[in-house]
Order: sequence, then C-alpha cells, then structure tokens
Amino acid sequence: MKYIGIFDVIGPNMIGPSSSHTAGAVSIALLARKLFSGRIVKAEFILYGSFAKTGSGHGTDKALLGGILGFDTNDGRIREAFAIADERGIQYHFSVGEDESVTHPNTADIFLEGEDGKCQSIRGESVGGGKVRIVRINDIDVDFTGEYSTLIVRQIDKPGVVSHITYCLSRHHANIAFMRLFRDDKGGIAYTVVESDDLIPDETLDEIREHAYVQNIILIQV
Amino acid sequence: MDFINGKGLLKLCRENKMPISGVMRQREIITGKSSEEEIEQRLSKALEIMKDAAHQPLLAPRKSIGGLIGGEAKRVYEDSREDGGACGDTLSKGIAYSMAVLETNAAMGLIVAAPTAGSSGVIPGVLFSLQETYHLSEETVKRGLLNASAVGYLLMRNASVSGAEAGCQAEVGAASAMAASAAVEMLGGEAEACLCAAAMALSNLLGLVCDPIAGLVEVPCQSRNGLGVANAFTCAQLALSGVFHPVPFDEMAEAMYRAGRVMPYELRETALGGNAATPTGCQLGCCIRSK
Repeated sequence: MKYIGIFDVIGPNMIGPSSSHTAGAVSIALLARKLFSGRIVKAEFILYGSFAKTGSGHGTDKALLGGILGFDTNDGRIREAFAIADERGIQYHFSVGEDESVTHPNTADIFLEGEDGKCQSIRGESVGGGKVRIVRINDIDVDFTGEYSTLIVRQIDKPGVVSHITYCLSRHHANIAFMRLFRDDKGGIAYTVVESDDLIPDETLDEIREHAYVQNIILIQV
Repeated sequence: MDFINGKGLLKLCRENKMPISGVMRQREIITGKSSEEEIEQRLSKALEIMKDAAHQPLLAPRKSIGGLIGGEAKRVYEDSREDGGACGDTLSKGIAYSMAVLETNAAMGLIVAAPTAGSSGVIPGVLFSLQETYHLSEETVKRGLLNASAVGYLLMRNASVSGAEAGCQAEVGAASAMAASAAVEMLGGEAEACLCAAAMALSNLLGLVCDPIAGLVEVPCQSRNGLGVANAFTCAQLALSGVFHPVPFDEMAEAMYRAGRVMPYELRETALGGNAATPTGCQLGCCIRSK
C-alpha cells in the first residue's frame, strides 16, 4: 500500500471546484504537455462520460486548457485559460466523445499539434482525489501515473531494446520502481515505460538513444 | 513509527506520551521521510490558503460557475455577528467560514482539499472559529491540522473519503470526524477523547448521501459543510464532557465504509437521486446544462 502522508489528506492545494473534474483534468493535460516536445499551436480535447456531462460546471475545459498552458493544479491563471491561450496563439477545441470502449467515467483524449506540424494524442483518466493515469499514447495502450520520474521510450519491437534500456539505467544507478512494455503488433511500434523513485540522470537518455531501434525518448522528472 | 488503525494510534500516543498531532508529525518524519522544516512550511501554507478561502467570500462574494451559490456565507456571517444569532458566535462563525470555503471552491478559487474539495470547508470552519474564540496560537491550530490529518489518513486507509464510493458520509462525514478530533486536542482533551469525538461524528452522519444538484459541488454541499462544522462542535463538546460513544473509532470507520458499499449508485455523486432527482433539482440541472 502506498504511504498516505499528512499532505495526501490535507491536500492537494488546488483550484476548485472538484479534485477529479478540475484538479485531475489539469494533471492529465499537464502530463500531455510534458509528453509533447516542441511548441504547441493547437489542442483538441474530447471529453467522455462524466467529464462530458458535468465538465462545464466544473471548469473541466479551463482546467484541461490550463494544463496545456503549463499551469499546475493550484495556479489561479486556470480561470483565465481561454484568454491566455488566445494571447499565446494556441488554438483549442472541445467536443464530446462517443467511443463506447471508453469505460472510465472521467476520461479525456487530448490531441496536440506543434508548430513543426508534429502531432501526438494521449488518453487520460481522472481516477479520484486528483489522481490520474495516462492510458494511451498515439493509439498504443499504456498505463502510468506521472507520480514517479517516468521514462517513456518509443522503440521498434525488436529483441534487445529493453535490455539496452535497463543496462543504461543500471549504469547510472537509477532504481526502477515499475517497468512495463506496451506494443500493438509484433515488430511494430512499442513503448517501454519505466517509473523510478529517483531522478533519472539526463546522460542516461543520450546512451539509450544510441540504440538503432530507439526512436524517441520522453522523460518526466518528479 | 507507523500505525494502521485508531487502536495503534492510541497505543503510540500512550507509549510516547504524545498527543495525536505529535505522533502524526513523527510518523511523517520517520516513515514519510520529511524534514521537520518541510512539514512546518507545508502546514503554514495550507493554513494560509484555508484562511484566504474562508475570508475572501465574506468581503467580496463571487457567483459559482454553476450559478447556484455565491454570497450565502457573507449573509450568515453578518447576520450573526451582532447578537450571535441562532447558533451563538463560535458556531455561527464556523458555519460561515465553512460555507465561504465552498464558495471559493465553486468559483474556481484556491482551496485545500481536506480531505476532499467538496468537504473542504469543515476543517477551516472549526479551526479558525475556535482560534478566534479562544485566542489560540498558530502552533495550536497547526496541531489541530496534524490531528485532523491522522484521522483522515485512517479513514482513507481503512474506509473511504470518496463521495462516488461511499456517499457524503465519507466526505463531509469524514471531514467532520477529523475536525471533531482536532477540536478536542486544541481544547486540551486526551487522545482517547479525540477518537471518541471522531467516532461519534461518523455515527451522527452515517448514511448521508451524495446528491449534488446538476452534479456540481454547490448545493447541497455548501450547507452540508455547515452541518459538518455543527456536528464536529457537538461531538467535541460531548467528548470533552466525558460523554463517550460506545463504539470505538475503528469499528465506526468500518461501519461507515460498509454503509457506503450498500448505498445505491443513485446516491453516490451521480446526481440521479436525493436533491438532484427532485423536480426542482432536475429543473435547475437542465437550466445549468443548457447555458
């Protein structure tokens, strides 16, 4: 069982009104922003379930856009997210999703487009008390929370890539808390997600990148 | 140093001759690996946010996003200020503060979830009105917050503090139990009396449903936070007077969780029952959604 401390009970410090519909929405979008490299020019949001039904009364739209703008859950600028996005020239659009395979009531899909035309989609769930999970990146199912330092490696599904990653991590004494491999088709695109208690040194990334089958690396430090 | 239930917490209090707040602080240092300074600083920050959230709407009320609340706390505060009104000064103030926090929350202001956003008014309401009435030091208020966090931790661990899982008894009920226990310690009661007050607070609100109109944290959440304050004061006074609840805290926490598990889906934050499902509640919901 994960340790529950004083400030897990008396907290989070957050912009209201709802830990799941507001703070959780900020956290999902903030992770989406961290997972995206480059300047964001366009953000599209698809809301499902309770997010779609009661989102506007909970400020879920402002919260999601606020996260894309880089605001944390306790940042008062979330209230002005629309105006600030306009100022920064970021286009945004919200719609309601019909995908029946979405089972969690508080789910959002976020599509981001960079100024270089690069796109990325993620799906996040707000699971209660402000806690969230990312469950999909670019059509591949994944599962991580962003509560730990998280290393996400996009790779070709070939033998030896995972052992290369763990070798690089061990060389830099990064302790692995959780590690999973996600992929669709054999030999296609795969994601290795490593969660660590400690900071993962930047040098590790350069070494991991040297492998021929590694395409991209994202690191979210806690 | 760690504990997993109320019994274990009381044992640590006895062995170390410490109040509940002291044990919770030590646990955070030893098991949570936090420094004393970091804890102090975060407690101060939480209290600062709570204070702003409890006072801002008394000066300049704002309408909520859903439009169902805004301005109520100021009316209660001003109405009861001269002669204490129906509840007397301490309770009136506590109720007004708790309602103010919910207004801040519903207008996308900054609050501290304690333990949740929907029940975030109860603890500030009790702590700040006690502080003013008895001229308590900031240090005592911090002890109150630590004490409340110990009770809240046990409810998160062994029961639930989610309205979607176990109804309002798990949100306002939990906050009220946390505040009742904190009030007992702040007024000089023993650790046993703290957990007695918490058990009684859970017992009094057992079965309370979560039925927000339009699914928003506005009505009936705001006045329920006032109820949580009144219940906390009632239970704290009973415990301080030596009037004890026969069922211990751990059993009461489990009873609350079990009551939540058999609570129908309609009454757990879905806006399909209770206030939300009344003709008026439905109509208000329709108006908000079509805006």
